[in-house]
Amino acid sequence: MAAACGRGLLAPLGGRLRACPRASLRSLTSAAPLYDVVVSGGGMVGSAMAAALGHDIHFHDKKIALLEAGPRKEYHLPESYSNRVSSISPGSATLLSSFGAWDHVCNLRCKPFRRMQVWDACSEAIITFEKDDLDDMGYIVENDVVMSAVTKQLDAVADRVEVFYGSRAVGYTWPLPSHSCDTSPWVQVELADGRRLQTKLLIGADGHNSVVRKEAEIQNIEHQYDQSAVVATLHLSEATDNNVAWQRFLPTGPIALLPLSDTASSLVWSTSHEHASELLTMDKESFVDSINSAFWSNVNHSDFIDAAGAMFRSALSLLKPSGTAVRQLPPSVANVDPESRAVFPLGMGHATEYVRHRVALIGDAAHRVHPLAGQGVNLGFGDIACLTHHLSAAAFNGQDLGSLKHLLRFETERQRHNVSLIAAIDLLKRLYSTSLSPLVLLRTWGLQATNALPPVKFFFLLKHTFIRPVHDANAILWNKKW
Amino acid sequence: MLGGGGTLRAFVRALSGRRAAGGGHGEPSCRTHPARALLDRSGKVRLNPSSAATDLNGSMATVRRLLSTSQSSVDPKEMRKFQLLAHRWWDEQGEYSALHSMNDIRVPFIRDTVLNMGSAYQRGSPLSGVKILDVGCGGGLLSEPLGRLGASVTGIDPLEENIRAADQHKSFDPVLAKRIQYKCGSLEEIVEESVETFDVIVASEVVEHVADLEMFIKCCSQVLKPGGSLFITTINKTQLSYILGIVVAEKIAGIVPEGTHEWEKFVPPEELERLLEANSCSVKTVNGMLYNPLTGSWSWIESTSINYALHAVKSGDQAQTSQTEPLSEMESEQCSATAGTSV
Repeated sequence: MAAACGRGLLAPLGGRLRACPRASLRSLTSAAPLYDVVVSGGGMVGSAMAAALGHDIHFHDKKIALLEAGPRKEYHLPESYSNRVSSISPGSATLLSSFGAWDHVCNLRCKPFRRMQVWDACSEAIITFEKDDLDDMGYIVENDVVMSAVTKQLDAVADRVEVFYGSRAVGYTWPLPSHSCDTSPWVQVELADGRRLQTKLLIGADGHNSVVRKEAEIQNIEHQYDQSAVVATLHLSEATDNNVAWQRFLPTGPIALLPLSDTASSLVWSTSHEHASELLTMDKESFVDSINSAFWSNVNHSDFIDAAGAMFRSALSLLKPSGTAVRQLPPSVANVDPESRAVFPLGMGHATEYVRHRVALIGDAAHRVHPLAGQGVNLGFGDIACLTHHLSAAAFNGQDLGSLKHLLRFETERQRHNVSLIAAIDLLKRLYSTSLSPLVLLRTWGLQATNALPPVKFFFLLKHTFIRPVHDANAILWNKKW
Repeated sequence: MLGGGGTLRAFVRALSGRRAAGGGHGEPSCRTHPARALLDRSGKVRLNPSSAATDLNGSMATVRRLLSTSQSSVDPKEMRKFQLLAHRWWDEQGEYSALHSMNDIRVPFIRDTVLNMGSAYQRGSPLSGVKILDVGCGGGLLSEPLGRLGASVTGIDPLEENIRAADQHKSFDPVLAKRIQYKCGSLEEIVEESVETFDVIVASEVVEHVADLEMFIKCCSQVLKPGGSLFITTINKTQLSYILGIVVAEKIAGIVPEGTHEWEKFVPPEELERLLEANSCSVKTVNGMLYNPLTGSWSWIESTSINYALHAVKSGDQAQTSQTEPLSEMESEQCSATAGTSV
């Protein structure tokens, strides 16, 4: 990131302007339809980007296209819950409501949660988050529900946003920065069926294996974790006021229970590849037992850590008598939905640049994180809010939408926000992947300290993540700048 | 026009290793006289009155004309330099980068002023239905944003190369190609056929290059509809503008080619106001502008000592009284006192 900053200062545009120089086409390109913005990738983030632009007042006379490789899906709310869910932060909910999609989400299905409890498997350390005014901290929504809501809003602006289903982009031709003579200044997009499009701005929202990013030759720092995530839809033993999100850090990885309804929760269990495949193949009863023991067992505790933790807690209570945690007990699981168990590999990634001349990356194409903080899609929605803001202002100023000037502003703003968060999540993943005493002690004290100090907690709460405070509290302990 | 940061600029250019724009056209024929090109290397607009008799600049103009008539063959080196600079229009990091970044303040200024005065606001097209004349449009740097906002723009420039560059740049965007028309010629040449045709006239960074300012303002007023707006951005004639605009920008930093500006031709806002009032245009706003060479961006400031932007409205009164005697001292002082209101 420092390199990107330095480069931004010295030669802001020199290296960026030429994404990937290729011979530009002449007569062929004049026939291809010209769009103001093409969004490549019709997932949650890509579709929301197209919808946000389509509903923007300054884009009323603009032409937007959305390219989605898959077919159009008609969504009918099924009885059972999907196993792919996301934790939507209030900020993301605001974005979705800005183009009218949040109402659809609420009408379909979503579960607000008021509290988060995070604790360590190796100690008694616990941290809880809740808003004082009992507002919702976040919402657990199935990905399909979000997609359906966004698609409905896309249909509402069909005169401005053209969605190309079953269209995969196979090639991109980048323009030369200051074009001369006959070279087209636009990005040329070639689809699998031979059709061509031209666009003034290409937004890559095509996931962590982004083709746009690869074709633009933007360097990506990536790392495959030695973990996979197991997801499933679970049924609780008894109906409860299920408005707490639970996460416990086991040495093998965090296990999280996200509320879906009073009787159902979604499981996200990040663990080693071997354990993940075991979990996938074992019978229902053993699976449920593993989950319950993961949440309840104290096998990883050591006397030393317990003693040290207790000592720290009493020290804290001298400073802040009310500062100890009220420990709630997570619900126990009785059953798992058939066919709802699935595994997907985990990794981390961050593009060194989010933008080039006439190109911008958003969502997983720009950054990929571990699900332990529930931030993945929220970062993407944050990208959308920021980019829409800058593009809208540029459109109102009559500027060329693909100009690096405002794209760089978007990049700086988002990188400032994202990089520290992504680094923190990665650090926490590593910190909590061990049962080595010193590190356990460190994170134990960190967690306890953070939990005991309300102003600190509240400050972090504002940042919508419940994992970062642990990192920062540890930083305080070791007098590091955060 | 104020530029700066030449060393920094050269350093940046060296780092980015940008290739110099070549003369891509390869066309030796050029309707613009090559000698005029010689003197006007920056490609800035020079509006010369058609008749030599009304030229008030005397010897300098005569010398220029002598030079122009003595040159008959086309010098390819000069043509290339000229073409080189015609290409530079659309290089946002090139010689015209300050003009590009000036769009960040002059476009919102024009847009908001017109919106405030206008009636119907069409969503997504704030300037829809507005007819704009961009005098001295150069490569179309200002015409294009105005066109994108929905206006019908006519851009005029006496230099053929500029018009060609502008035409070529807009040709790739079908929406802009329809909304913007470029014509090669001077303001005087289009006056007869365009009396009271335009809602808005924009003369940005032009009046400091004009030979006969009175004639220019008169022509502007003639082609402007009653109640129409005139926007002018230019450089003030002060000690500060000499130091920054000529000495620093041209001689020291070398960012603006030497000879681009003549301090003698800088126009103080008071004089502009006097001429406008004489042509039944009343000045509504005068705002100072400042260029920061380090960030490459413009901002509005209180003081009009260097660059400034001016907005005037032609009176709705059809009768245009031609004032032969200049305003008295008292009246011109009053005029300058009302200036300086910020947008």
